[in-house]
Amino acid sequence: MKPGGQVNFDIQVMQLFNGLSLFTILLLMALGLAIVFGLMGVINMAHGEVMAMGAYVTYLTARLFERHAPSLMSIYLFVAIALAFTVTFAFGYLLERGFVRWFYNRPLDTLLATWGLSLILQQSYRSIFGAQEVSVPLTTWLSGAWEPTAGIQLPVNRIFIIGLTLLVATGVYLILYKTRWGLRARAVTQNRAMSSAVGINTNKVDALTFALGSGLAGIAGSVFTMLGSTNPGTGQLYIVDTFIVVVFGGVASLFGTVASSFLIAQSQTTLEYLMSGSMARVAILLMVITVLYFRPNGLFASKVRT
Amino acid sequence: MAVSEKQRELAAYATAAFVLLVLMPMVLDAFWLTLVGKYLAFAFVAVGLVLSWGYCGILSLGQGIFFGIGGYAMAMFLKLEASAPDLPDFMVWSSVEKLPVWWHPFSSFAFTVAAILLVPIVVAFPFAYAIFKKRVSGVYFAIVTIALALTLTVLIVGQQGETGGANGITDFKTLLGWDIISDAGKNAAYFVEVGLLIVVMAISGLLLHTRFGKLLIAVRDREDRVRFSGYNTAMIKAFIFTLAAVFSSIGGALFTVQAGLITPSVAGAVASVEMVIYAAVGGRLSVVGAVFGALLVGFMKSYLSEQFPESWLFFLGGLFIFVVMVMPNGLAGVPDQIRHGRVRFGLRHERR
Repeated sequence: MKPGGQVNFDIQVMQLFNGLSLFTILLLMALGLAIVFGLMGVINMAHGEVMAMGAYVTYLTARLFERHAPSLMSIYLFVAIALAFTVTFAFGYLLERGFVRWFYNRPLDTLLATWGLSLILQQSYRSIFGAQEVSVPLTTWLSGAWEPTAGIQLPVNRIFIIGLTLLVATGVYLILYKTRWGLRARAVTQNRAMSSAVGINTNKVDALTFALGSGLAGIAGSVFTMLGSTNPGTGQLYIVDTFIVVVFGGVASLFGTVASSFLIAQSQTTLEYLMSGSMARVAILLMVITVLYFRPNGLFASKVRT
Repeated sequence: MAVSEKQRELAAYATAAFVLLVLMPMVLDAFWLTLVGKYLAFAFVAVGLVLSWGYCGILSLGQGIFFGIGGYAMAMFLKLEASAPDLPDFMVWSSVEKLPVWWHPFSSFAFTVAAILLVPIVVAFPFAYAIFKKRVSGVYFAIVTIALALTLTVLIVGQQGETGGANGITDFKTLLGWDIISDAGKNAAYFVEVGLLIVVMAISGLLLHTRFGKLLIAVRDREDRVRFSGYNTAMIKAFIFTLAAVFSSIGGALFTVQAGLITPSVAGAVASVEMVIYAAVGGRLSVVGAVFGALLVGFMKSYLSEQFPESWLFFLGGLFIFVVMVMPNGLAGVPDQIRHGRVRFGLRHERR
């Protein structure tokens, strides 16, 4: 081993950890969209703003705890995540019932209309919370880093996100594949007319599926307050990346979304090590487009004909 | 006496030409005329979108890419002329020591014009043909194009020293020795722009009346049937997409002249989606409508973001929703909607 081999090893471990951490962040972002866009085929350009909504709910919760229950600050995050999910779930439900459902079968129009909605939401955030960034205090047990050996530092908040993402992803898997409701949702995805004919209330399934996707976006937004501050344009930063992850993995394939988050995250952290951040991003986007050229339906397209 | 469709269309083109060439210059002062010139730059994009989106069903959310190509090509030429024989100022600030190689040819006006017209072709055609050949269409195409627009912005912002970064390129003086800052210069630039716009509108209008124009509609409504009839639909779509790209590039070049600057934000993903609304408001099936749509939305943007800065995004967002829900064929479609005595929710044939 060359001199400095230990340092190299430490860098590799941290590099690996960074990749893993980015993977879970991307996955958490993409899960909601994988359901809304992947399973339902609805292009919700306001998905990023739903994420921002989760982040703002978290911010409000933090402020509330700060003022009324400072002794409980160490657990506010769990309350905030639950609240963020509830609020965005309800918002998603209403959105589907009152807005999105009028655009089924007109995907390009859905895209434009939800883009309009995203602009309105952004401006609402700006009017309510101001244009500047807001951030939440990081709970003490989440700040700092875990040092398994000297030289390796793994931030605790990222470890927390990794754990939470695994939990959420498992939850989504169980809901979709092990419950009656998940069975109905998948049936509607595969064949709407037949599902309706065998007595599934497709309208209700649509609304709940959309709400679940939005709720997951809310969780993602809530968790992201631990990584950075939130501003009214936060959602727009995420939306294109999130779509890329879902499309790259293959629509209607949750496994594809997982694999694609992993691939994109690993390539991104590796490339960022080799070149500047912006060039790495360009390289990733070009890679995704090239792969889409060879596999137009994504890496793991489902074989179901529609 | 019933007015035929053709006469009505001719009247629309004549009205547009009259308004742009005679009415606007007569009633507006130099300041307003420059503003109108700026909005009209987006009209080129909107006309391209009418062809590719309205008639052929290809929704591109990346027209900003081509707008940016034209805009930056023109900006590089103007910047070199303004700063000659020194380096452009922003390069000095980022301590770039000598002119990057790819900037050199842009000191020639002929090369710049050729770049404005040809680079979009070289970029758009192979990309579009390959993608359409693979039958990537609809929403996927839209997402790929918006990703490309994002890529371009990241690239431009990242290469600050060679592209001016997020601030873009500005501070021009002359075009071929001809002052473009003075009122007279701006006036002349306006007429050049309107002249080009009328040419672009005429090309589009005539194209839509050929057999090829009918083919576009057929591809939009039933692409597989056209393919089964023996047409290479990928070629048709790639052609119309490339034409729209060239129009956008011309618009971008004129925008640089009119606005006196180009920044990555007018070429980016958000701007690209905004360009779609210009075509949608005017009417995705009307060339003349698209031009007026660009003027109207541009004017509303200046007015609202100045008078009620809070309200602009509310308005724009509402506009997206309203147009899609209530007048899918835009302003130009309203007379038809009234004639048929109903406000239809949704477009007749949009498939997939």
